[in-house]
Amino acid sequence: MTSELMLAQPASRERWLGVLRVGLLGGIIAVYLALVGIVPRFDERPLVSGVISLGQTALVLTMAGAGSMAARRAPAGRRPVIGAGALAGAITGGFVTLLVIVGAAVDLRAFMLNASPRLYDLLTFGLGVSGSWIPTAVGGLIGAGAGALYVVPTRVRTPVGWGLIAVVALGLFAGLLRTPLLTSGLSQLARFLFAPEGLTPVGAVIVFVLATALHVARGPAAVARRMDALPARQRRAVFAAGGVFGLLLVFVMPLALGGFFAQVIALVALYVLMGLGLNITLGLAGLLDLGFVAFFAVGAYTVGLLTSTAEFGIAQWPFWAAVPIAVLLAMAFGAFLGLPILGIRGDYLAIATLGFGEIIRILAGSDLMKGVLGGPRGIINIPKPISVAPDHFLSGATQIYYIALVCAAVIAFVAWRLRASRLGRAWVAIREDEDVAEALGISLVQTKLLAYMLGAAFAGLGGAIFAGLVGSIFSSSIQLFVSINVAALIIVGGMGSIPGVVVGAIFLIGIPELFREFSEYRFLFYGIALIAMMRYRPEGLLPSRIVGRELHVPENESPAYLPAGEPLGR
Amino acid sequence: MKATWVERLTDAAIVTFLWVFRLVIVVVVVVGSFLTLASGRYSAEVWIGLVVSGASLGSIYALMALGYTMVYGILRMINFAHGEIFMAGAFAGYFTAITLDEFGMLNANPLLSVLSVLIMILVAMAVSTALALLVERIAYRPLRNAPRLVPLISAIGASFFLQYTFRGFFGPGIYAYPSVTVLSERIPLPLITMRWVDALVIVSALAMMTGLYLFVMRSKLGTAIRAVSEDKSTAALMGIDVNRAIVTTFALGAAMAGAAGVLYALMFRQIFFFSGFVPGIKAFTAAVLGGIGNVPGAMLGGLFLGQVESIGPTLFLDGFGVPSPNQLKDVIAFTMLVLVLVFRPSGILGERVARDRA
Repeated sequence: MTSELMLAQPASRERWLGVLRVGLLGGIIAVYLALVGIVPRFDERPLVSGVISLGQTALVLTMAGAGSMAARRAPAGRRPVIGAGALAGAITGGFVTLLVIVGAAVDLRAFMLNASPRLYDLLTFGLGVSGSWIPTAVGGLIGAGAGALYVVPTRVRTPVGWGLIAVVALGLFAGLLRTPLLTSGLSQLARFLFAPEGLTPVGAVIVFVLATALHVARGPAAVARRMDALPARQRRAVFAAGGVFGLLLVFVMPLALGGFFAQVIALVALYVLMGLGLNITLGLAGLLDLGFVAFFAVGAYTVGLLTSTAEFGIAQWPFWAAVPIAVLLAMAFGAFLGLPILGIRGDYLAIATLGFGEIIRILAGSDLMKGVLGGPRGIINIPKPISVAPDHFLSGATQIYYIALVCAAVIAFVAWRLRASRLGRAWVAIREDEDVAEALGISLVQTKLLAYMLGAAFAGLGGAIFAGLVGSIFSSSIQLFVSINVAALIIVGGMGSIPGVVVGAIFLIGIPELFREFSEYRFLFYGIALIAMMRYRPEGLLPSRIVGRELHVPENESPAYLPAGEPLGR
Repeated sequence: MKATWVERLTDAAIVTFLWVFRLVIVVVVVVGSFLTLASGRYSAEVWIGLVVSGASLGSIYALMALGYTMVYGILRMINFAHGEIFMAGAFAGYFTAITLDEFGMLNANPLLSVLSVLIMILVAMAVSTALALLVERIAYRPLRNAPRLVPLISAIGASFFLQYTFRGFFGPGIYAYPSVTVLSERIPLPLITMRWVDALVIVSALAMMTGLYLFVMRSKLGTAIRAVSEDKSTAALMGIDVNRAIVTTFALGAAMAGAAGVLYALMFRQIFFFSGFVPGIKAFTAAVLGGIGNVPGAMLGGLFLGQVESIGPTLFLDGFGVPSPNQLKDVIAFTMLVLVLVFRPSGILGERVARDRA
């Protein structure tokens, strides 16, 4: 590699420096992944059984990422591109090698929990310190491979990429797909493709070949072209059919996959519901409410108190009679808390609402309220919303899923109708510029209060349904992370956008619940996701059009105080 | 536009509500204090003890609040990750302390103990500063020109990232801070119950704050910082390196937070990955209380909040017969936050920033 560096023209020296920087960054990320525990923890889940684990995949992806980023920076030409990939990959691996060597010499464990001999074994594929060169070599190879993908024509690169993505995706969801396949008539196929966790090696090859072939045959492109060629009416029919199929899928999902999965998607549906509620507050009116859990608590405890047949229950009402009270009470609480603070502006509001959330959380667990709310012992024996026999298809989490789904649909409808209304436009106006909105005769406090109360009402509904889902409510269920979850899923999904909320809930709630490994690092991922979203896509994954325009800083509008020629974000 | 009667009615309702709110708070404070004092359950010594611990807690809040207030002053941004910078300082101090303890330095004699604590504080300041500069570079700098909500969300992301990075590195458990025996001894004074650690916290916090104040008011770079927080573009036109001023602000705030982290940990003797979050929010409260953007205000606000939090639960709530009122000290602190934001958003000393915020 050094000879290449020496031979490089002065103009390309910059580019090689860029390659080195990428390698450095990759190395830091790789060591971070190892020490923060992601590599060892994710190692417990095989991606391809007996071949590669999820933890190793994380490392390999870092190396490949460094390789491909370096390849893009390299000077043109076949050899420099592959060389740059290999160099960056090797530097990335080199950092891992360094970690192993240092770890063998000094006991890092006194400081870092994860710097154990097991980690070093893992990083060197079982060879321990004697194999400390292995990460560097592997990194070089993988980096070179990633660089090579940039040399080959797109026609080859895209299918290979899709093939690899398909292997990773199916490897992740193998356990989930295997169970229904086993119970249906396809148990042979299930055993052939899927190990108890991850794909079988044969299965991985088959999936890769199939996905690649599908792409080589230009499957997706051909379908898209055919769709474009269709006359408008038929196209609409196809879309309608797709929509109906999707809806059907959504409805049979808990029944087909059952048990644990039903529980998870019930939770996802619950968060979609709450996300849609907060979406009115945050997405439409632009009020960042970090105290969502306060109203969630009001809803949950109201239902608990009114329906429980155990110690702290006061009325033993049926579930459905308690829900409207819970929603109304949450709304009243929203008005109560909102009135004093809605006069203050954006970022202060976030902290003030965070304070409210904490106040409610502390009160729920305090000795002061123990006599009423049960404190840590909680309120138990909250009846299910629909009482059916245990073997009925609506028993357990499935009914909660449907209830949450129906409520979410209602909220989505309300939000959609509100957005075009006078009130909705007033919210958007306030979000865009409070002073102008006020000058146009919009009463700030009242309009904000309505948004805040609606958000609170839906949070209360979410809390009420949560109480029905779990069947009990403890002070420990009232946590800051409820608020953070809801806010994060809206921000990641896209503020003000209904599909965005669904996507955000699936990614931020569903995936961590399905995979225990992820759930441990959930907030780490949230943190990274929030920063990355704000830097690269502040409007969210599936944004509503207006918010997108508003939050994106125009590229060529650098602030006055920066020296010319230094654009923002570099 | 003429207000309709509905709007007028809601306006009236809001005003009434706010007055009732004020009244309730005043009644709780006055009646609660009266009942507690009338019951005579607590001796003067107890009250003095509370004041002392309030003073040391308050100095820590004040140190942290400086970071919030300076960053807000210069960027109009709440540095949500400041609490985590504080926590990182506490961790850095912890590892320094156990290393020093291995060399037998931490408890050898009082002089070496004090020297060890000094080293811990310096290491913590360095680590916190490095971390804060990293966060500024990655999460804040690219967003300087974005709408207000964007850097705030990024800061929340940075806060969670740091918390769970520390959780990944050091585990979810609680670390017991190594004890410095000299510090936990009582100062032989009549009437006043005070440990050496309280004295250390108060004195070093005051020293650092004085130093910072002098730096901001007297030095050239401090003047540059003040100029940039007045008006960025004009400052740039006067030849001030805006970027350097902003980075210095972050570094100063983080160094104070790192030192505060060690002092806090020496007081409470335990740390874990989440232990920066609540002190962070409270220090922000202190910054708002003093008037955000105002350096002496932050110090004053911190000291005040420390007293309220320390004395408040016993003084205001005990008289009403609230069981274990100390559980509710955070409730009092957060209520203070809301009260300040509602009734005096410009804070005790702040006038300057109030105009473009309230």
